[in-house]
Amino acid sequence: MSTETAQAEVKKPAEGLLSKRRKKFITDPLVDNNPITIQVLGICSALAVTTQMQPTLVMAISVIFVMVMANLTISLMRNTIPTRVRIIVQLAVVASLVTLVNEVLKAFAFDMYKELSVFVGLIITNCIVMGRLEAFALGNKPYDSILDGFGSALGYSWIILAVAFFRELLGSGSVFGVQVYDAISGLFGEGFSLATNGLMVSPVGAFIILGLIIWVQRTKTGYVEH
Amino acid sequence: MQQSNAYIITFSVILTVVLGLLLSGTSQVLAPIQKKAVELDTKKQILGAVLDASQLRAMKADEILAFYDKRISSKVVDIEGNVLEKDADGNPIIAENVNVAKNYKMAPEKRQYPIFIFHKEGNPDDVEAYIVQVYGAGLWDEIWGFLALDTDLNTIAGVTFGHKSETPGLGARITEGAVQNRFQGKKIFDESGNFQSVAMQKGEGKDYSDDLHKVDGLSGATITANGVNAMLNNYLRYYKAYFDKLKASKSSEVVALN
Repeated sequence: MSTETAQAEVKKPAEGLLSKRRKKFITDPLVDNNPITIQVLGICSALAVTTQMQPTLVMAISVIFVMVMANLTISLMRNTIPTRVRIIVQLAVVASLVTLVNEVLKAFAFDMYKELSVFVGLIITNCIVMGRLEAFALGNKPYDSILDGFGSALGYSWIILAVAFFRELLGSGSVFGVQVYDAISGLFGEGFSLATNGLMVSPVGAFIILGLIIWVQRTKTGYVEH
Repeated sequence: MQQSNAYIITFSVILTVVLGLLLSGTSQVLAPIQKKAVELDTKKQILGAVLDASQLRAMKADEILAFYDKRISSKVVDIEGNVLEKDADGNPIIAENVNVAKNYKMAPEKRQYPIFIFHKEGNPDDVEAYIVQVYGAGLWDEIWGFLALDTDLNTIAGVTFGHKSETPGLGARITEGAVQNRFQGKKIFDESGNFQSVAMQKGEGKDYSDDLHKVDGLSGATITANGVNAMLNNYLRYYKAYFDKLKASKSSEVVALN
């Protein structure tokens, strides 16, 4: 008996930790199937938190944590979750994870907690999270689900970080709180100064930047909406 | 696959219990750390009214606490300006522990008003500024702040504002140093000594440097600005009796010296 099983295992070698199929889980959502620019999900938080780089980075890390953990949890439970209440189960898991993130931020990064608490709470309603749970984690193995969650969260993260970079630079003249405009003005002597654009600080600025990113991306990839 | 009702209910109950335990456990473990973080934040806000933001940012957490202990003393007064020392149960009242949000629900006569006294460096008997706490409503939720008055109890030395959920980029700008600095040097009493408060104006970008009671407004956040105005107007009035007593005691000291 035992030899038979061993032979069976040899016949079907275990898939590599980062096989081609699994790499796609991570690389796909970055550009070709980006949750924000292609699926147009999670726009609300992309508009709200992106005035500065630092809170945006914290938000990105929080979303990555919540998505990876939620995908893992749901995937582990996928065979036991009753189909009729699966959405509520997903919500309960996501909400608990988000509450955890919020509590940890409150204890160890109080300034960030004050700035972000409303938006961290809104991760619960972020369609990207629920979308991946429903579309992927319910039907796939834990490891694949982790990669899928990580990929989607990364796709979301780089977009909001890019938006935040331009909004903070153009709107406040700084990057990560470092005054870039002041430094540049210093190089050119006294009379020279760069003006910041107040529009970039308001959500309108985020729409403009996001629109430009989508435009550039779709020109490059040739994506057409059907 | 269709599961039975019993299965669904059991599953839900187990899930609820597990998640509930996880969350309450975390909350229990983190509570003391969170309490310290809140305390540090409050002290930072109080010091923010008298210190430069950059100065405060350069200090580490324990440095801030040490600085606070050395330079700030506090007391709690009522609306008539009497210093409150013990509550109805005989427990000492500590200014840092006064919950303004809870107080706000009571009638102004019943509230406790904390005062933080900023002492001069090296000379703890001399006062550099008096810091009072203010609280009110913004557009979406509560707003609060600390306002430092010079020893003349009239000129504003500095303010810090905080908010729970004002709109980012609009009302939330009340926490920005550039907005808070506009209050510096403004006066709360007019020339004849009547209370007048200070008020943010509608619109933004105008120069109010020649008016001692007007501050440039927040474009796009008029309701938050109005909330700030109402908050200052109310709370400075509540503290007025204490200010009057303080002024009276000071002038009697001067008379005694003469």
